[in-house]
Amino acid sequence: MEIVHVYTKKRNEFGRQCNFSDRPAELHVDILPDPSLASNFIERDPCDIPIQCTQEMSEHEVNTERFESDTRGINHVEGGWPKDVNPQEMEQTIRFRKKVEKDEHYFSTIMQLGSNMEHCIKQNNAINIYQEYFEEEEVVEESEEQPSAKTINVFRDPNEIKRTATCLSWHPDGSCKLAVAYSSLGFQNISPDMSYDSYIWDIESPNKPEMTLKPVSLLVCLEYNPKDSHILVGGSYNGQIAYWDTRKGSQPVEMSTIEHSHRDPVYKVIWLQSKTGTDTFSASTDGQVLWWDIRKMSEPTERLVLDPNKKGNLDNALGAISLEFETTMPTKFMVGTEQGLVVSCNRKAKTPAEKIVCTYSGHHGPIYALQRNPFFPKNFLTVADWTARIWSEDIKESSIMWTKYHMAYLSDGCWSPVRPSVFFTVKMDGTLDVWDFLFKQNDPTLSLKVCDEALYSLRVQDNGRFLACGSQLGTATLLEISPGLCTLQRNEKALATAMFERETKREKILEARHREMRLKERSRSEQSKDEDTKEGDGEESVEELATRTEAEFYEIVEAELKKRAKEQEKKAIIELPPVKMFENFRTIAGERLMSE
Amino acid sequence: MSAEVEETLKRIQTHKGVIGTIVVNAEGNTTLITSTKVDYAGLLHQLTMKARSTVRDLDPQNDLTFLRIRSKKHEIMVAPDKEYLLIVIQNPSE
Repeated sequence: MEIVHVYTKKRNEFGRQCNFSDRPAELHVDILPDPSLASNFIERDPCDIPIQCTQEMSEHEVNTERFESDTRGINHVEGGWPKDVNPQEMEQTIRFRKKVEKDEHYFSTIMQLGSNMEHCIKQNNAINIYQEYFEEEEVVEESEEQPSAKTINVFRDPNEIKRTATCLSWHPDGSCKLAVAYSSLGFQNISPDMSYDSYIWDIESPNKPEMTLKPVSLLVCLEYNPKDSHILVGGSYNGQIAYWDTRKGSQPVEMSTIEHSHRDPVYKVIWLQSKTGTDTFSASTDGQVLWWDIRKMSEPTERLVLDPNKKGNLDNALGAISLEFETTMPTKFMVGTEQGLVVSCNRKAKTPAEKIVCTYSGHHGPIYALQRNPFFPKNFLTVADWTARIWSEDIKESSIMWTKYHMAYLSDGCWSPVRPSVFFTVKMDGTLDVWDFLFKQNDPTLSLKVCDEALYSLRVQDNGRFLACGSQLGTATLLEISPGLCTLQRNEKALATAMFERETKREKILEARHREMRLKERSRSEQSKDEDTKEGDGEESVEELATRTEAEFYEIVEAELKKRAKEQEKKAIIELPPVKMFENFRTIAGERLMSE
Repeated sequence: MSAEVEETLKRIQTHKGVIGTIVVNAEGNTTLITSTKVDYAGLLHQLTMKARSTVRDLDPQNDLTFLRIRSKKHEIMVAPDKEYLLIVIQNPSE
């Protein structure tokens, strides 16, 4: 708004002197506050602004050079001769000595010291005060310490989106590094933001991985080459195999071609014993076991299809989840399948049909871990469904020893490399179990809850003292177990041998008896078939058997529920593991099948 | 006077296993060598001084009365005094 004051003046009045006159105050303009204009402005947040009026100061640090100090000593041989005595001169020294000897003080001192000294000399002559008593009994058995394990370090997945730590591998020399493969095993669980990296950790520094491996697809398994500690081979989610050289960086040195790789994630890859140290073989749920030479990754050197009918038919093939290879038996290897069978194979067979030697059945679910006992290669451990089982190579129908059915699924297991009777298992509820079957057969010797989420993988270091387990959220925990569990006890090997032999014999006897019973039944049923041809025995066995067992199963369930209701009236809390019903069902079904 | 001293020292020497005896004075020179173990004198003198000062540092009321060094081959015993040191090397009986 303009403020304007208009006045007029005559032309002939220009230049006249100014005559000032007083006038009362006049109000020219009165601009009232207009609240509508306030809407054009916003109130500013009151903020504190500090103002200081001081001298400007700055801070400096200075570090002086290190002051190096050294400790030295001087050896004083002989001296202290007074000034007038020349130490080289014999005469003077003798004279000085004679003078001192005549001193009164010398006399009394020597007498006193002499008696002291004599006492000690006599002591020495009387008895050897430093004699070692109880020398032989030092190797007494270790104190009754409780077996324990404590967490040393925890290595967390540094990425935002956590992936499962599916495989761990210790560095072959010295075991100061741990390679962890991260992937996501849930079906179509991979989000686009998920990082594909896997890491190598130095066990001393859990905050930052020592090295990153960048594969093309998530790595499901990873192994260090036992002969060359810089080489690692990894099997990935898309079926390819890749190998890294830690000296060459994070990218794989070479990858297998997609056409010749597996069609499903590669669940296990193991290095083979060979002159060149470059052979590996891999297994995947597409039913193939492929052999590779890492120098030439474009094609596998050999292929085996896990067809139980031995025809090489991929459609019938069993999916492989775990592999086992022992360097002391280089021609044999074993494959654990998704269907719960363990297939034992011979590498040097001439025809593919002969490659599969035999199968071991007994598990209800995929076999997640398979390992031979390092001290007794004829016996091997399988971890699947809710149990862990120990098998003998000779007995194909059932395992020789097994654990009870647990509440949670077992996901991985391995033997201790130093004690033949100790093995470890991890479960889906995050617990680690240490079993020592010479000490206790029914329960684990030590059961430790490592974390709240499921544990997926486990690996013991070669010295048997440290083990690492990987969890669903990508956390790898390093544990140290108490020395009692990793030192070979007296007679342990002999006791373990005796136990294995005993169990094997028992199973053999059972097997023989079953065979006898079956033969008898068969011969009896053949006789009855000749007599009356009315009932078709073959059909009855499957359908009627199914209905019969179903009815029995429901009866048992009802009985259990009734029992539970009754017990609940008595007690507040009851624990009745539901798997007990499974056991009954199984045994009943088994008996029915046997008596058929 | 000196005869008694001689006698005492001789008695010490004739004990079973004693290899040598030395008397050292405060300045560190030997007054009586009964065997060729001159090297012991200076070294043991320093060691005794150090031991004594250690004992004194730990407890000012305390003082070193005897020092025994047992090695694989023999045992060195040092009886200290304000002015003199009596050192005996013995082969202790096993």
